[in-house]
Amino acid sequence: MFRDTFDFIRYLDEISGRRTEYIVREEIRPSEVPHGTYPWMRPLEQHIKLGLINLDKPPGPTSHEVAAWVKRILGVSKAGHAGTLDL
Amino acid sequence: MRGNPSVSGILPIALEEAVKILRILTHTTKEYVALMELHKLVSDDKLYEVINMFKGEIYQRPPLRSSVKRSLRIRRVHKIEVIDKRDRWVLMRIETDPGTYIRKIIHDIGLLLGVGAHMRELRRIKSGIFTEDLNIVTLHMLSEAMYIYKNENKEELLRKYIMPIEVGVAHLPKVIIDTNAVDPIARGAQLAVPGISVIDKNIARGDILAILSPKAELVAIARAELSTEEIIARDKGIAATTLRVIMRPGIYPRWVKREGI
Repeated sequence: MFRDTFDFIRYLDEISGRRTEYIVREEIRPSEVPHGTYPWMRPLEQHIKLGLINLDKPPGPTSHEVAAWVKRILGVSKAGHAGTLDL
Repeated sequence: MRGNPSVSGILPIALEEAVKILRILTHTTKEYVALMELHKLVSDDKLYEVINMFKGEIYQRPPLRSSVKRSLRIRRVHKIEVIDKRDRWVLMRIETDPGTYIRKIIHDIGLLLGVGAHMRELRRIKSGIFTEDLNIVTLHMLSEAMYIYKNENKEELLRKYIMPIEVGVAHLPKVIIDTNAVDPIARGAQLAVPGISVIDKNIARGDILAILSPKAELVAIARAELSTEEIIARDKGIAATTLRVIMRPGIYPRWVKREGI
Protein backbone atom coordinates (compact mmCIF):
# COMPACT_ATOMS: atom_id res chain seq x y z
CA MET A 1 0.00 0.00 0.00
CA PHE A 2 2.75 2.46 0.98
CA ARG A 3 6.42 1.93 0.18
CA ASP A 4 7.95 3.40 3.30
CA THR A 5 7.75 6.07 6.02
CA PHE A 6 8.28 8.97 3.61
CA ASP A 7 5.75 7.65 1.14
CA PHE A 8 3.14 7.61 3.94
CA ILE A 9 4.11 11.09 5.17
CA ARG A 10 3.81 12.42 1.62
CA TYR A 11 0.29 10.97 1.56
CA LEU A 12 -0.59 12.71 4.86
CA ASP A 13 0.74 16.03 3.58
CA GLU A 14 -1.14 15.58 0.34
CA ILE A 15 -4.58 14.89 1.87
CA SER A 16 -4.17 17.87 4.21
CA GLY A 17 -2.81 20.20 1.54
CA ARG A 18 0.42 20.82 3.47
CA ARG A 19 3.21 22.01 1.23
CA THR A 20 6.44 21.55 3.10
CA GLU A 21 9.86 20.04 2.98
CA TYR A 22 11.81 17.99 5.47
CA ILE A 23 15.32 18.24 6.78
CA VAL A 24 17.04 14.96 7.58
CA ARG A 25 19.33 15.33 10.59
CA GLU A 26 19.98 11.65 10.82
CA GLU A 27 19.09 8.82 8.46
CA ILE A 28 16.13 6.75 9.65
CA ARG A 29 16.43 3.04 8.99
CA PRO A 30 12.98 1.68 9.83
CA SER A 31 13.66 -1.64 8.08
CA GLU A 32 16.41 -2.30 10.63
CA VAL A 33 14.07 -1.58 13.55
CA PRO A 34 12.38 -4.74 14.87
CA HIS A 35 9.96 -2.68 17.01
CA GLY A 36 6.68 -1.06 16.08
CA THR A 37 4.47 -1.47 13.03
CA TYR A 38 3.88 0.77 10.02
CA PRO A 39 0.37 2.27 10.29
CA TRP A 40 -0.73 0.49 7.09
CA MET A 41 0.55 -2.88 8.33
CA ARG A 42 -1.25 -3.02 11.67
CA PRO A 43 -3.19 -6.22 12.37
CA LEU A 44 -6.92 -5.46 12.00
CA GLU A 45 -7.65 -5.47 15.73
CA GLN A 46 -4.89 -2.94 16.37
CA HIS A 47 -5.90 -0.95 13.30
CA ILE A 48 -9.44 -0.56 14.68
CA LYS A 49 -8.21 0.48 18.12
CA LEU A 50 -6.23 3.30 16.51
CA GLY A 51 -8.90 4.04 13.95
CA LEU A 52 -10.73 7.09 12.62
CA ILE A 53 -13.89 7.10 10.56
CA ASN A 54 -15.05 9.85 8.23
CA LEU A 55 -18.71 9.28 8.97
CA ASP A 56 -21.57 10.69 6.91
CA LYS A 57 -24.06 11.41 9.68
CA PRO A 58 -27.64 10.84 8.58
CA PRO A 59 -30.29 13.46 9.40
CA GLY A 60 -32.35 12.56 12.46
CA PRO A 61 -30.27 11.05 15.25
CA THR A 62 -27.95 13.21 17.37
CA SER A 63 -24.17 13.09 16.92
CA HIS A 64 -23.96 11.31 20.26
CA GLU A 65 -26.43 8.62 19.18
CA VAL A 66 -24.54 8.11 15.92
CA ALA A 67 -21.24 7.61 17.80
CA ALA A 68 -22.97 5.07 20.04
CA TRP A 69 -24.19 3.15 16.97
CA VAL A 70 -20.67 3.06 15.51
CA LYS A 71 -19.45 1.69 18.80
CA ARG A 72 -22.05 -1.07 18.72
CA ILE A 73 -21.62 -1.92 15.03
CA LEU A 74 -17.85 -2.37 15.42
CA GLY A 75 -17.96 -3.85 18.91
CA VAL A 76 -15.39 -1.41 20.26
CA SER A 77 -15.14 -0.13 23.84
CA LYS A 78 -15.05 3.57 22.93
CA ALA A 79 -16.13 5.80 20.07
CA GLY A 80 -16.20 9.59 20.25
CA HIS A 81 -17.19 12.23 17.70
CA ALA A 82 -15.30 15.39 16.83
CA GLY A 83 -17.53 18.45 16.91
CA THR A 84 -21.26 18.00 17.32
CA LEU A 85 -23.59 18.56 14.38
CA ASP A 86 -26.60 19.21 16.60
CA LEU A 87 -26.55 22.93 17.32
CA MET B 1 -34.92 16.78 18.29
CA ARG B 2 -38.02 19.01 18.77
CA GLY B 3 -38.89 19.64 15.13
CA ASN B 4 -35.34 20.64 14.32
CA PRO B 5 -34.13 20.82 10.74
CA SER B 6 -32.31 17.88 9.33
CA VAL B 7 -28.60 18.07 9.89
CA SER B 8 -26.21 15.69 8.19
CA GLY B 9 -22.70 15.31 6.86
CA ILE B 10 -19.12 14.95 8.00
CA LEU B 11 -18.84 13.73 11.58
CA PRO B 12 -15.35 12.34 12.27
CA ILE B 13 -15.44 9.44 14.74
CA ALA B 14 -12.44 8.25 16.78
CA LEU B 15 -12.27 4.69 18.09
CA GLU B 16 -10.77 3.51 21.40
CA GLU B 17 -7.21 4.85 21.74
CA ALA B 18 -7.77 7.32 18.92
CA VAL B 19 -10.18 9.35 21.11
CA LYS B 20 -7.00 10.95 22.50
CA ILE B 21 -6.78 13.15 19.42
CA LEU B 22 -10.44 14.25 19.42
CA ARG B 23 -9.46 17.77 20.53
CA ILE B 24 -7.10 18.08 17.57
CA LEU B 25 -9.83 16.88 15.21
CA THR B 26 -12.41 19.28 16.66
CA HIS B 27 -10.35 22.47 16.40
CA THR B 28 -10.36 22.67 12.63
CA THR B 29 -12.10 24.76 9.97
CA LYS B 30 -15.60 23.64 9.01
CA GLU B 31 -17.53 24.02 5.80
CA TYR B 32 -21.31 23.75 5.40
CA VAL B 33 -24.08 23.91 2.87
CA ALA B 34 -27.15 25.44 4.52
CA LEU B 35 -30.71 26.02 3.39
CA MET B 36 -32.22 29.21 4.80
CA GLU B 37 -35.93 29.92 4.75
CA LEU B 38 -36.85 33.60 4.85
CA HIS B 39 -40.18 34.38 6.46
CA LYS B 40 -41.00 37.00 3.81
CA LEU B 41 -39.66 37.82 0.36
CA VAL B 42 -36.74 40.27 0.17
CA SER B 43 -34.92 41.81 -2.77
CA ASP B 44 -31.71 40.19 -3.98
CA ASP B 45 -29.76 43.40 -3.36
CA LYS B 46 -30.83 43.58 0.26
CA LEU B 47 -30.20 39.87 0.79
CA TYR B 48 -26.64 39.97 -0.58
CA GLU B 49 -25.89 43.15 1.32
CA VAL B 50 -26.87 41.55 4.65
CA ILE B 51 -25.17 38.21 3.92
CA ASN B 52 -21.92 40.04 3.13
CA MET B 53 -22.03 41.63 6.57
CA PHE B 54 -21.37 38.20 8.04
CA LYS B 55 -18.02 37.82 6.30
CA GLY B 56 -15.08 38.15 8.68
CA GLU B 57 -15.32 38.37 12.45
CA ILE B 58 -18.69 37.96 14.13
CA TYR B 59 -19.84 37.83 17.74
CA GLN B 60 -21.85 34.83 18.90
CA ARG B 61 -23.29 33.64 22.17
CA PRO B 62 -23.60 29.83 22.33
CA PRO B 63 -27.23 28.64 22.19
CA LEU B 64 -29.19 27.73 25.34
CA ARG B 65 -28.90 24.01 24.77
CA SER B 66 -25.14 24.02 24.23
CA SER B 67 -22.74 22.43 26.68
CA VAL B 68 -20.17 25.25 26.64
CA LYS B 69 -20.14 28.43 28.70
CA ARG B 70 -22.58 30.92 27.21
CA SER B 71 -20.28 33.93 27.00
CA LEU B 72 -19.99 36.15 23.94
CA ARG B 73 -17.19 34.99 21.69
CA ILE B 74 -15.62 35.98 18.41
CA ARG B 75 -15.70 33.61 15.48
CA ARG B 76 -14.44 34.06 11.94
CA VAL B 77 -16.59 33.40 8.88
CA HIS B 78 -14.04 32.69 6.17
CA LYS B 79 -16.55 32.41 3.39
CA ILE B 80 -20.30 32.87 2.98
CA GLU B 81 -21.88 32.79 -0.46
CA VAL B 82 -25.22 32.14 -2.08
CA ILE B 83 -25.28 29.04 -4.29
CA ASP B 84 -28.93 29.29 -5.32
CA LYS B 85 -32.06 31.23 -4.43
CA ARG B 86 -35.72 30.63 -5.16
CA ASP B 87 -38.54 32.66 -3.59
CA ARG B 88 -37.98 32.51 0.16
CA TRP B 89 -35.35 29.74 0.04
CA VAL B 90 -31.65 30.52 -0.07
CA LEU B 91 -28.96 27.86 -0.43
CA MET B 92 -25.59 28.97 0.98
CA ARG B 93 -22.06 27.68 1.36
CA ILE B 94 -20.36 28.78 4.57
CA GLU B 95 -16.81 28.20 5.82
CA THR B 96 -16.12 29.03 9.47
CA ASP B 97 -13.91 28.68 12.51
CA PRO B 98 -14.70 25.73 14.80
CA GLY B 99 -17.53 26.43 17.22
CA THR B 100 -19.52 28.74 14.95
CA TYR B 101 -23.29 28.25 15.03
CA ILE B 102 -24.79 28.29 11.54
CA ARG B 103 -28.34 28.25 12.90
CA LYS B 104 -27.52 31.47 14.75
CA ILE B 105 -25.98 33.15 11.68
CA ILE B 106 -29.15 32.40 9.72
CA HIS B 107 -31.37 33.65 12.55
CA ASP B 108 -29.33 36.88 12.68
CA ILE B 109 -29.51 37.34 8.89
CA GLY B 110 -33.29 37.16 9.28
CA LEU B 111 -33.21 39.80 12.03
CA LEU B 112 -31.06 42.20 9.99
CA LEU B 113 -33.29 41.74 6.94
CA GLY B 114 -36.25 42.57 9.16
CA VAL B 115 -38.28 39.61 7.92
CA GLY B 116 -37.02 36.75 10.08
CA ALA B 117 -35.41 33.52 8.87
CA HIS B 118 -34.59 30.04 10.05
CA MET B 119 -32.40 27.13 9.03
CA ARG B 120 -34.28 24.42 7.14
CA GLU B 121 -31.42 22.06 6.40
CA LEU B 122 -27.71 21.83 7.08
CA ARG B 123 -24.99 19.60 5.72
CA ARG B 124 -21.36 19.70 6.85
CA ILE B 125 -19.16 19.07 3.83
CA LYS B 126 -15.77 19.56 5.49
CA SER B 127 -14.23 19.25 8.95
CA GLY B 128 -10.48 19.91 8.81
CA ILE B 129 -9.00 17.40 6.40
CA PHE B 130 -12.18 15.30 6.42
CA THR B 131 -14.04 15.99 3.19
CA GLU B 132 -16.62 14.12 1.15
CA ASP B 133 -13.74 12.73 -0.92
CA LEU B 134 -11.79 11.09 1.91
CA ASN B 135 -13.24 7.60 2.49
CA ILE B 136 -16.59 8.95 3.68
CA VAL B 137 -18.90 6.18 4.94
CA THR B 138 -22.48 5.85 6.07
CA LEU B 139 -23.56 3.79 9.09
CA HIS B 140 -25.04 1.35 6.60
CA MET B 141 -21.73 0.88 4.75
CA LEU B 142 -19.94 0.40 8.05
CA SER B 143 -22.32 -2.25 9.22
CA GLU B 144 -22.07 -4.02 5.84
CA ALA B 145 -18.26 -4.03 6.03
CA MET B 146 -18.47 -5.54 9.52
CA TYR B 147 -20.89 -8.19 8.26
CA ILE B 148 -18.56 -9.16 5.41
CA TYR B 149 -15.64 -9.40 7.80
CA LYS B 150 -17.54 -11.53 10.30
CA ASN B 151 -19.17 -13.86 7.79
CA GLU B 152 -16.66 -14.05 4.97
CA ASN B 153 -13.52 -13.12 6.88
CA LYS B 154 -12.66 -10.42 4.36
CA GLU B 155 -11.22 -7.31 6.01
CA GLU B 156 -10.52 -5.13 2.94
CA LEU B 157 -13.68 -3.03 3.27
CA LEU B 158 -13.26 -2.44 7.01
CA ARG B 159 -9.64 -1.45 6.40
CA LYS B 160 -10.74 0.99 3.75
CA TYR B 161 -13.45 2.60 5.88
CA ILE B 162 -11.36 2.82 9.04
CA MET B 163 -8.34 5.08 8.65
CA PRO B 164 -5.20 5.07 10.82
CA ILE B 165 -5.00 7.68 13.59
CA GLU B 166 -2.09 9.35 11.74
CA VAL B 167 -4.60 10.71 9.20
CA GLY B 168 -6.04 12.84 12.01
CA VAL B 169 -2.75 14.70 12.49
CA ALA B 170 -2.00 15.02 8.76
CA HIS B 171 -2.42 18.81 8.94
CA LEU B 172 0.18 19.26 11.71
CA PRO B 173 3.92 19.82 11.19
CA LYS B 174 5.75 16.54 11.77
CA VAL B 175 8.99 15.32 13.24
CA ILE B 176 10.36 11.78 13.04
CA ILE B 177 12.31 10.76 16.10
CA ASP B 178 15.08 8.29 16.70
CA THR B 179 14.22 4.70 17.71
CA ASN B 180 15.70 5.25 21.17
CA ALA B 181 13.63 8.38 21.76
CA VAL B 182 10.27 6.69 21.12
CA ASP B 183 9.79 4.96 24.46
CA PRO B 184 10.72 7.98 26.62
CA ILE B 185 8.24 10.13 24.67
CA ALA B 186 5.62 7.38 25.07
CA ARG B 187 6.23 7.80 28.82
CA GLY B 188 5.65 11.54 28.62
CA ALA B 189 9.24 12.84 28.43
CA GLN B 190 10.12 16.06 26.64
CA LEU B 191 11.68 15.78 23.21
CA ALA B 192 15.35 16.72 23.18
CA VAL B 193 17.17 17.97 20.08
CA PRO B 194 19.38 14.85 19.63
CA GLY B 195 16.25 12.66 19.48
CA ILE B 196 15.08 14.29 16.23
CA SER B 197 15.94 12.50 12.97
CA VAL B 198 13.72 14.28 10.45
CA ILE B 199 12.03 17.64 10.85
CA ASP B 200 9.52 19.77 8.95
CA LYS B 201 11.29 22.80 7.53
CA ASN B 202 8.71 25.33 8.75
CA ILE B 203 8.22 24.81 12.48
CA ALA B 204 7.91 27.93 14.65
CA ARG B 205 8.09 28.12 18.44
CA GLY B 206 4.70 27.25 19.95
CA ASP B 207 3.50 25.17 16.98
CA ILE B 208 1.57 22.00 17.76
CA LEU B 209 3.49 19.02 16.33
CA ALA B 210 2.92 15.38 15.51
CA ILE B 211 5.79 13.25 16.78
CA LEU B 212 6.23 10.15 14.63
CA SER B 213 8.31 7.02 15.07
CA PRO B 214 10.75 5.88 12.33
CA LYS B 215 7.84 3.77 11.06
CA ALA B 216 5.56 6.83 10.88
CA GLU B 217 3.48 5.78 13.90
CA LEU B 218 1.99 8.66 15.91
CA VAL B 219 3.84 8.68 19.25
CA ALA B 220 2.59 11.95 20.75
CA ILE B 221 1.29 15.46 20.20
CA ALA B 222 3.75 18.12 21.35
CA ARG B 223 4.36 21.86 21.45
CA ALA B 224 7.52 23.16 19.79
CA GLU B 225 9.83 25.04 22.19
CA LEU B 226 12.28 25.82 19.37
CA SER B 227 11.92 26.60 15.69
CA THR B 228 13.29 24.36 12.95
CA GLU B 229 16.19 26.78 12.43
CA GLU B 230 17.07 26.74 16.12
CA ILE B 231 16.85 22.95 16.29
CA ILE B 232 19.12 22.51 13.28
CA ALA B 233 21.68 24.90 14.78
CA ARG B 234 21.85 23.12 18.14
CA ASP B 235 22.99 19.72 19.36
CA LYS B 236 21.22 19.71 22.71
CA GLY B 237 18.30 21.24 24.60
CA ILE B 238 14.54 20.72 24.74
CA ALA B 239 12.96 20.93 21.30
CA ALA B 240 9.34 20.18 22.24
CA THR B 241 7.10 19.56 25.24
CA THR B 242 4.88 16.49 25.06
CA LEU B 243 1.21 17.42 25.45
CA ARG B 244 -0.61 14.17 24.74
CA VAL B 245 0.90 10.70 24.51
CA ILE B 246 -0.77 8.38 22.00
CA MET B 247 1.53 5.34 21.82
CA ARG B 248 1.54 2.87 24.67
CA PRO B 249 4.92 2.57 26.42
CA GLY B 250 6.89 -0.66 26.02
CA ILE B 251 6.54 -1.01 22.24
CA TYR B 252 10.00 0.42 21.56
CA PRO B 253 13.11 -0.42 23.63
CA ARG B 254 13.53 1.29 26.95
CA TRP B 255 16.10 4.06 26.97
CA VAL B 256 19.41 2.91 28.38
CA LYS B 257 21.94 5.34 29.71
CA ARG B 258 25.00 5.10 27.56
CA GLU B 259 28.42 4.79 29.14
CA GLY B 260 30.25 8.00 29.78
CA ILE B 261 27.13 10.17 29.64
